[in-house]
Amino acid sequence: MALKIVKGSIDRMFDKNLQDLVRGIRNHKEDEAKYISTCIDEIKQELKQDNIAVKANAVCKLTYLQMLGYDVSWAAFNIVEVMSSSKFTYKRIGYLAASQCFHESTDVIMLTTNQIRKDLSSPNQYDTGVALTGLSCFVTPDLARDLANDIMTLMSHTKPYIRKKAVLIMYKVFLKYPESLRPAFPRLKEKLEDPDPGVQSAAVNVICELARRNPKNYLSLAPLFFKLMTSSTNNWVLIKIIKLFGALTPLEPRLGKKLIEPLTNLIHSTSAMSLLYECVNTVIAVLISLSSGMPNHSASIQLCVQKLRILIEDSDQNLKYLGLLAMSKILKTHPKSVQSHKDLILQCLDDKDESIRLRALDLLYGMVSKKNLMEIVKKLMLHVDKAEGTTYRDELLTKIIDICSQSNYQYITNFEWYISILVELTRLEGTRHGHLIASQMLDVAIRVKAIRIFAVAQMATLLDNAHLLTGNMQRNGICEVLYAAAWICGEFSEHLENPMQTLEAMLRPKVATLPGHIQAVYVQNAAKLFSTVLKSQEGSTEGTAAQETSQLMIDRLPLFVQSANLEVQERASCILQLVKYIQKLQQKEVEVAEEVSALFAGELNPVAPKAQKKVPVPEGLDLDAWINEPPSESESEDEQPKAIFAKEEPKHSRSRHTEVDEKELARRREARKQEQANNPFYIKASPSSQKVYQESPGVEHIPVVQIDLTVPLKVPGLPMSDQYLKLEEERRQKERADKKKKEKKKRKEKRSGRGRRHDSGPESEEDITPAHMVDIVTEEMPENALPSDDDDKDPNDPHKALDIDLDNLVESAGRRPLADSEKLPVRSHRAAKVAKSPVEDGDAENTPPSQEPKKKSSKEKREKKKDKDRDRKKSKEEKKKKKHKHEEKEEDLLGGEADEPVVQSEDTTEVVALPTSTNAEVSDLDFWLSNAPVPSNTQEAATVAATAEADSVPEATSGTAPDSDHDEPKNSELEETKSSKHKKKKQKKEKEEKEKKKKKKHHHHHRHHSDGGADESVQNGTVEDEEPLPPMSNYCLLAENSYIKMVCDIQGNLQDGSQVVVSVIFENKCDSLLKSMEFNVLDSLNSKLQRPEGSGPHDGFTVPFQLPPGVSNEARLVFTVQSIVMPQKMKGTLTFIVKNEDSSIHEKLDFKLHFTCTSYLITTPCYSDAFAKLLESGDLKCSSVRLEEVNMPFHHLLARICFHHHFSVVERIDSCASMYSRSIQGHHVCLLVKTSGQTVSIDAKCDEPTLLGNVLDEIKQTFSQC
Amino acid sequence: MIRAILIFNNHGKPRLSKFYEHYTEDTEQQIIRETFHLVSKRDENVCNFLEGGMLIGGSDYKLIYRHYATLYFVFCVDSSESELGILDLIQVFVETLDKCFENVCELDLIFHVDKVHNILAEMVMGGMVLETNMNEIIMQVDAQNKMEKSEVSRACVCFLCVGLDWSCCMQYAGMCVCCTLHATLSLSLSFSLSLCMCALLLGILLLLPLPLLLFLPSFLPSCCCCCCSPHGPGHYTSTYFFLFPPHC
Repeated sequence: MALKIVKGSIDRMFDKNLQDLVRGIRNHKEDEAKYISTCIDEIKQELKQDNIAVKANAVCKLTYLQMLGYDVSWAAFNIVEVMSSSKFTYKRIGYLAASQCFHESTDVIMLTTNQIRKDLSSPNQYDTGVALTGLSCFVTPDLARDLANDIMTLMSHTKPYIRKKAVLIMYKVFLKYPESLRPAFPRLKEKLEDPDPGVQSAAVNVICELARRNPKNYLSLAPLFFKLMTSSTNNWVLIKIIKLFGALTPLEPRLGKKLIEPLTNLIHSTSAMSLLYECVNTVIAVLISLSSGMPNHSASIQLCVQKLRILIEDSDQNLKYLGLLAMSKILKTHPKSVQSHKDLILQCLDDKDESIRLRALDLLYGMVSKKNLMEIVKKLMLHVDKAEGTTYRDELLTKIIDICSQSNYQYITNFEWYISILVELTRLEGTRHGHLIASQMLDVAIRVKAIRIFAVAQMATLLDNAHLLTGNMQRNGICEVLYAAAWICGEFSEHLENPMQTLEAMLRPKVATLPGHIQAVYVQNAAKLFSTVLKSQEGSTEGTAAQETSQLMIDRLPLFVQSANLEVQERASCILQLVKYIQKLQQKEVEVAEEVSALFAGELNPVAPKAQKKVPVPEGLDLDAWINEPPSESESEDEQPKAIFAKEEPKHSRSRHTEVDEKELARRREARKQEQANNPFYIKASPSSQKVYQESPGVEHIPVVQIDLTVPLKVPGLPMSDQYLKLEEERRQKERADKKKKEKKKRKEKRSGRGRRHDSGPESEEDITPAHMVDIVTEEMPENALPSDDDDKDPNDPHKALDIDLDNLVESAGRRPLADSEKLPVRSHRAAKVAKSPVEDGDAENTPPSQEPKKKSSKEKREKKKDKDRDRKKSKEEKKKKKHKHEEKEEDLLGGEADEPVVQSEDTTEVVALPTSTNAEVSDLDFWLSNAPVPSNTQEAATVAATAEADSVPEATSGTAPDSDHDEPKNSELEETKSSKHKKKKQKKEKEEKEKKKKKKHHHHHRHHSDGGADESVQNGTVEDEEPLPPMSNYCLLAENSYIKMVCDIQGNLQDGSQVVVSVIFENKCDSLLKSMEFNVLDSLNSKLQRPEGSGPHDGFTVPFQLPPGVSNEARLVFTVQSIVMPQKMKGTLTFIVKNEDSSIHEKLDFKLHFTCTSYLITTPCYSDAFAKLLESGDLKCSSVRLEEVNMPFHHLLARICFHHHFSVVERIDSCASMYSRSIQGHHVCLLVKTSGQTVSIDAKCDEPTLLGNVLDEIKQTFSQC
Repeated sequence: MIRAILIFNNHGKPRLSKFYEHYTEDTEQQIIRETFHLVSKRDENVCNFLEGGMLIGGSDYKLIYRHYATLYFVFCVDSSESELGILDLIQVFVETLDKCFENVCELDLIFHVDKVHNILAEMVMGGMVLETNMNEIIMQVDAQNKMEKSEVSRACVCFLCVGLDWSCCMQYAGMCVCCTLHATLSLSLSFSLSLCMCALLLGILLLLPLPLLLFLPSFLPSCCCCCCSPHGPGHYTSTYFFLFPPHC
């Protein structure tokens, strides 16, 4: 035994490690594969050993080999072994290997569940971290289901490192296990306000990713994101949020209005180009969504385009690229504004960078007009000639075709030109898009009748020179064109000048080298040509010529009969027999031409590719049911051989009775309207197409450009489309000259009378008459075709499953009781529901069970939308009442709410449930949005926004904790009541400010919460009442004189440990306009006002708004503080100008800004487990304070501490509660509040004794005041 | 979302590949190859964005790359990522590598691909950006490396059971049987003792004549002492450990 181990360790010394392996591979350059295979053998040996270190080493090497492309899935089990090592070193290797080569179908993955669970709950944060990282790469639906619960627990881990990973991985879990989204969402939302910026960023990341796919479900988070956007300093987060807003604005245009201002500010203030660009991008999205309704935004669009132009002209290629990218967004809705920059775009086409050229090409699509199409395409053709790579050339080709064919050839004035362009494009070597050109040729030839003569001539030339196209097998992509050429020549053979020659060209032996489907078309169309030739030859004197033609066919066709391709074979033999029969008849000198051509009589109409699919199945028709029982023997289906182009198919069934058929059908349709209209087997031409055909049986009636030159039949390969350009120019010149002479009348007449000449139109865009009419525009679709929305949706998109309405949940977070009382869903979300139910069953009917979230909530939403306005009005009324009669409020609410149509829970207590919280949330958003500012008044908007947000904050944070003493279910209703009251109170406040009702308030408290993380466990109501709490506000008076009143609130900044944000509300108390307000403080050593860049240390902060009489507005100032353990005061002055109609006075107001220690605290939710750990850790200092004669209910007391001192309740048992808060610099402050009678004792622990002392003093002071 | 992160050199040799979506090994290699072809033929002063076409993901995906000396760093991302943001991220990644490896060069990436993976794991997780703050990343990476090292030093340092886990080592009551070195003893104190013991034991076990034993060092590839090895067990750097006890 001992010897074996010793031997093992000596062996091990000579084992290769990763470095040796890499070195070895580098030394065996010539026989690398052989060397690696020996290495793999060694690894296999190593994996057989018991020593985990050896195994880990082997797995590490395997990971490297995997990167080199070797399949290592055979070692999956060993990887699991290494993953389960107790040592971090090996565990990490194992997880790395797993993340590189495990995937959903790896079967050993199911063995890992318990190991991963163990690692997730490991005391070592890096074990957990490594497990999370690994899991993020190979999570499967099973793992997601089994581990969702554990990961959710980790989301509130004490370590931000774990928190952020857990938050991020939730996205993967949602993808694999969509059911987890609802239970996890409240916590995820909570993480948006996590004190750690990394966690916050992760949460933003996840929600943005979720919202990108299903934006409408996340619209209600807009206020929260708005707040983050205005407060965050992390560019990553900002970019994500701004991108998200870009996705949300199309759904809610009012949001756009709100956004414009802060975005513009960001654009001006940021130095990060990436952020700037995203801002511009979103502004564009906003403008687009706004301007769809109103035209007056075109100016701002124009501005954006100008800005983008600057980007595009930038020397930095990246910016140029992005500028073009953004431009293409504008192009979709405002092509006109982009068109003016055609020069620039064309210039970009010459750029040496392919990416930029491609982007420019995209833009070109929207720039073309009738006037410049030829010009642009000519330029593109030049590029095609000199394009180096096939990818780019193919891209050019498709673009040319796209540009020309867009909106039904709208911009093409001369189809002869277009055909020649297409013919020129066939010269492209090795393109993959031959079929594209072919389908264009077919499309044009079929749909533009007038062009057929020309097209046929060109196609005949093409067929003649087919060897040029097929000469090189490499170019077989392009030989698709021959398919079109052959078909056109055959179908429209009556236009051929020399059908015999074409026929011969089509029967050349070389044709046999073409792909099968093209040969088939050749054979079929040779037959058509044959019939045409026969006709002409029989018409003439010589009978022998006709016989010769038949002989030619008989000679050549056997080649095709031998074809390996079944279809070619079938057609060839069929036609061969036919020709033989004809020959026989010819020898008897029977006139056959007439009958032969009857085989191919009739028009072929184009049919849209999806036409058949779109016909709705009529009710009661079962397509799967047999019409007749199938015959016993399997009859060979007489289906048409598969053709590439749909139009190919009807050919055989065509008869000369098409006309009759159509009439008949029309009659039938008259007779049985409904059924016939719905008949899926019948695709009819719509009336308009019939009309076209009926009215214009001949080409004579269709306008054709009179060309002076005869059309030269050139060998394809020589450019010839240029002549059209010249022609066009000449024509325009001529027009210009003629213009004056021509009277309007004549011109009109000419146009409407299908004038053959086109030299009569003036230059204006609309008046360029197309040379040819494009027939059939819409009739390709059957009538009552179904709308095609779902066409492009991928049924396999995993994000579809995540389309879950979260509104209810968002709120339920608010009603969530203390963290530890919430049982996380174990293995299924049903458990979570059970755990929540005590809280929720009060309004159970309003919170739909998660199984059917979508249905119900959408219904609710609809209801809500209906009542929204009513709601708001009502609440306003109530507010007024509330103001006057405090005592009667309950009744008011009762009365006010009773007739609200929203489902309510009946209650026997005096408190009546207000509309559901979901309702509140939605109307919150609505309210938030409805206060969209006029552009000049953003600050106000921000205030409004902040206020509205403050509403949703208490739900998200643990602010509602004080109410948790009510264990009865009615509590939930109560809370709802309060939260709705909140909102109303706030609205009231807004109103108050606006209407300038200076009512004396006992506690001149403003319900303004301008910053995050706050505190609100505030309820309004009468003090006498047991339940509600007195109104509270953190806004305290800063200074006041006869002109102006300032109240302020100080909050720590979540993002930056050294910043506090002071929100100051300025209220104009006089009748004059206040302007040029400058806010200045004397910086102390410890605290400094952050001034705009470039201003000196003594400059003031210019308040960015003016105050008309009676208006109040909020400004936010950021201060940097060094030490936060002591409270401090700062002196400052506000200077402003009071402007009357006739005079203006300079005024000033001194104030003292008091930074209490409380203001450095941030409400931070804490879970009891984490709290316990914190207390156990022992590095906290103790202190305590006693409050005497506090006569208020315990929950009021807690609420006060929560509200005024930014604490959150961790746990509460009877008359004892633990509370937690955190300072901006990360000090933990823990309180244990006990009450007995009128004495309250507070035991506190904090890692910073001075801070603690000061906080306690402040708490004491708060209670001594009341 | 980030679909893939690739690092390859000027010749298209992969130095790191991280796919956040499953592909077979062959497809992965093909993606690397084609990406290299796309990227390598671009000039230095063109833009850093490329539409990869159908290569990865489709039209919603872009290749965003940067070229540093001999290496290309390519991120394949979808439209939810900001293009310039990803460029910055690449910069952060490279700077982090530079800090972790001290003047990073291609060789570092070649020989320590696992470490690069570990660093990357602190930045991007499951295709989503986890952390962009370089100091934070370095802090976490360092902390983990430190942990790894502490685990190594807990292993027995004696020659016979070098690098073995304590638990694998023959031991009795916390003492390694072969070298009588206690696991918790400070290495420097008892190192020489352990060396002698080891040498003796080895001599006896291998039944080697003593003279040969003196020459043994020259056959041994390197020092077996784990604490000398900066890279943990199995990575031997200094030699002559019998005659000149290494600087522990």
